[in-house]
Amino acid sequence: MSVAGILGQLFALVLALLLAPLLTGWVNQCRAWLQNRSAPPLWQPYYTLHKLFNKDVVLADGASSLFRVAPFVVFGAMALACAIVPSLSTDLPFAPAADALALVGVFGLARLFISLAAMDVGTAFGSLGGRREMLVGFLAEPALLMVIFTVAMIANSTSVAAIVATLAHRDFVIYPSLAFAGVAFTMVSLAENARVPVDNPATHLELTMIHEAMILEYSGRHLALIEWAASLKLYAYSCLGLAFFFPWGIAERDNLLALAAAVPLLILKLAIGGFLLALIETVNAKMRIFRAPEFLGTAFMLAVLGLLVRLLLETRV
Amino acid sequence: MFLFDDVPIDFSPQPGLGAPVWRGRAADGDELKDFAAAVQQSGGRLAALWGSDRRQEGQGFQLDCVFGLDRGHAWLRLELPADDAVYPDLSAKFPAANRMQRAVYDLVGIRHTGSDQRPWLRHGGWPAGWFPLRHDAGAPPEHANLPSDYDFVKVGGEGAHEIPVGPIHAGIIEPGHFRFSVVGERVLRLEQRLGYQHKGVEQRCTGADIATGAKLVGRVSGDSTCAYAWAYAAAVEAACGVEPSPRALALRALILERERIANHLGDLGMLGNDAALAFGLAQFFRLKEDWVRMSAELFGHRFMMDSIVPGGVAHEPDARALAAMVEQCDAIGREVAELRAIYDAHAGLQDRFLTTGAIDAALAREFSLTGIAARATGVLLDGRAYRQGYTPPPPYAKLGVRPATDERGDVAARVAVRFDEVFESLRLLRELAVGLPAGELRREVAPVPYAEGLGVVEGWRGEVVVGVRLDAAGRIARLHPHDPSWQAWPALEHAVMQDIVPDFPLINKSFNLSYSGQDI
Repeated sequence: MSVAGILGQLFALVLALLLAPLLTGWVNQCRAWLQNRSAPPLWQPYYTLHKLFNKDVVLADGASSLFRVAPFVVFGAMALACAIVPSLSTDLPFAPAADALALVGVFGLARLFISLAAMDVGTAFGSLGGRREMLVGFLAEPALLMVIFTVAMIANSTSVAAIVATLAHRDFVIYPSLAFAGVAFTMVSLAENARVPVDNPATHLELTMIHEAMILEYSGRHLALIEWAASLKLYAYSCLGLAFFFPWGIAERDNLLALAAAVPLLILKLAIGGFLLALIETVNAKMRIFRAPEFLGTAFMLAVLGLLVRLLLETRV
Repeated sequence: MFLFDDVPIDFSPQPGLGAPVWRGRAADGDELKDFAAAVQQSGGRLAALWGSDRRQEGQGFQLDCVFGLDRGHAWLRLELPADDAVYPDLSAKFPAANRMQRAVYDLVGIRHTGSDQRPWLRHGGWPAGWFPLRHDAGAPPEHANLPSDYDFVKVGGEGAHEIPVGPIHAGIIEPGHFRFSVVGERVLRLEQRLGYQHKGVEQRCTGADIATGAKLVGRVSGDSTCAYAWAYAAAVEAACGVEPSPRALALRALILERERIANHLGDLGMLGNDAALAFGLAQFFRLKEDWVRMSAELFGHRFMMDSIVPGGVAHEPDARALAAMVEQCDAIGREVAELRAIYDAHAGLQDRFLTTGAIDAALAREFSLTGIAARATGVLLDGRAYRQGYTPPPPYAKLGVRPATDERGDVAARVAVRFDEVFESLRLLRELAVGLPAGELRREVAPVPYAEGLGVVEGWRGEVVVGVRLDAAGRIARLHPHDPSWQAWPALEHAVMQDIVPDFPLINKSFNLSYSGQDI
């Protein structure tokens, strides 16, 4: 563990905290452009966070301490996820902990807490949202694991840093299995980040909500943390996708020059990814909630296909 | 003349140029019941129901029922004694009567014999036993306005639970409470509670002059202001024996069709948005905005409020604006056709629309539905179009309106009917604009003491009915505006029964019923 490593790790984390709302703002802006609307400013998520942090918290009568703790747990989990995923460099002190399976666990922990908190106040919408979130989650998690297994078999390791090192820093090889895994990962990311076609982050119809229904009772700094955590989650998923499927440009160990070059490249890649997300959200309608299992089932099947392709075609016996 | 051979009630046609109406008087409650049964047998419907207090004139109470028949409307009156004002329950024949009857009790205090005596419009804003529409009601008594209990029907069983929604919603919409009984996501039962927008329009109209009445009626439900204004004008004209000029009638049709298109454009956009296709919302609202701006240019108001007045119309568009309007009709027609192709080809959107919130023609008849909701089940009922035995009032008789129907009865059908009606109304607008007959804009309406009239207009949502009675001084003694939402709200409860909770907003939007219009 070097000083440079620790500094690099801190830098990546701070960058994630700062960039995540910007990514959300960028997606919103692209979406508005694609829909012929005039877009909100790119900085809108920061204004929103600023506003929410300056507002008083209003707690429901029946709220227990779980309800108050949950935003911090969720925010902590998402910040940790952003730190684990190598976005700029593979030289991370957290790298030994940066196991992709642990990452799924971190996302699961956040989901558990936000769903419990949603049910804690006892409103109909909270339970409704929590229930639907669990439905989506328990279908999305296995698909995500399958994607990770496919990629991990290439690197012979479930460490994200090792995967990036294998894919980006060795001879360039085309892996057909990654194409399947990539599509599956995109589908899982849409579901996990409460995006169209599974959920609609812009809706005001409380009966159709999934993510928004769970956080209806939150206000003030609690809501700010949850909004920020949602941005971080999108950022973490984006970085994870980039690490698995477009890892070129992520710096190697002890290479400060490459680290400096990695930042603009990351921003460029995120901008392209954000635009594509907005495009997907614009051309699709939200599916009926009972189609979500089919959607995520397809993602799972694709991930399994990727795994089989890897096992049967790419492994030399 | 008798409308039904076996019910000896003598009806006489209402004079004037409005939709055909026959007036009659039931001798007693049994005769009313017999007539209602005959209407139901013939496939007719309940169009409106209201009560009034005539004790000041030395009479008792009075119940007015309007039934929709194939050939027109039958306006039947039942007089009730002052000391024992009870009339037979009509809800067994017409389920839509249930809420109207309860509202009649809340406002006038005359009771029906049915078992459902829960209040409907009274939410604790005034005490039980005080009736705002009685002549001796006076100022509302001192009363603590507390939340009142309401007996929702309970659904029991393994895993069944309730989801209460509203009256305050996450979006900016009108207030209404929806009580869902569900198992998981499946809706077992929906019960609505409305009345949060009750503002006492009827009481406010009492004693007003004819011009003030027009303004008030035009504000019962803002999205249908032109339909209400026309129905009111038709009622007053029938009462006072005034016939508006052909030019005024053509301009009224022009205004009404413009209102229809404006609302359909908005609804089509909102339906896309409720399925998270925000593209549709942006496009249709752009068109709607262009449309209402043109309305403002033509008639001086974006929603054309107060453009239709008793005796004729208030404004006349100049020839240049009319030419611009025809041009805009062509442009918007092209764009809507393009958007329809996109909606029809969008698999995700069609998956949400098809089979969602389906009702059939039998249910539409049972609940006395009119308008889009009825036509989307295949019921051919449009007050502007010819049908067996029915001649539409001028100027529609000459225009030859082709009513839009669809037999599927689901959200997709209501979307398709809206698209078809937009194209048909665009055609009507072009025809009206090029063939505006000559004539005066507005004729003087001199109030006739004790005169009465009923106006019926096919608004964009359905049939708007307005009944008017004048007093000795020619002021309004009783005015009742009836919104088609009265009949459609209960049908909506049935439309969601086969569906899941997250589909309700889409189904609700596909009906797009008025809260304000039925809370009056």
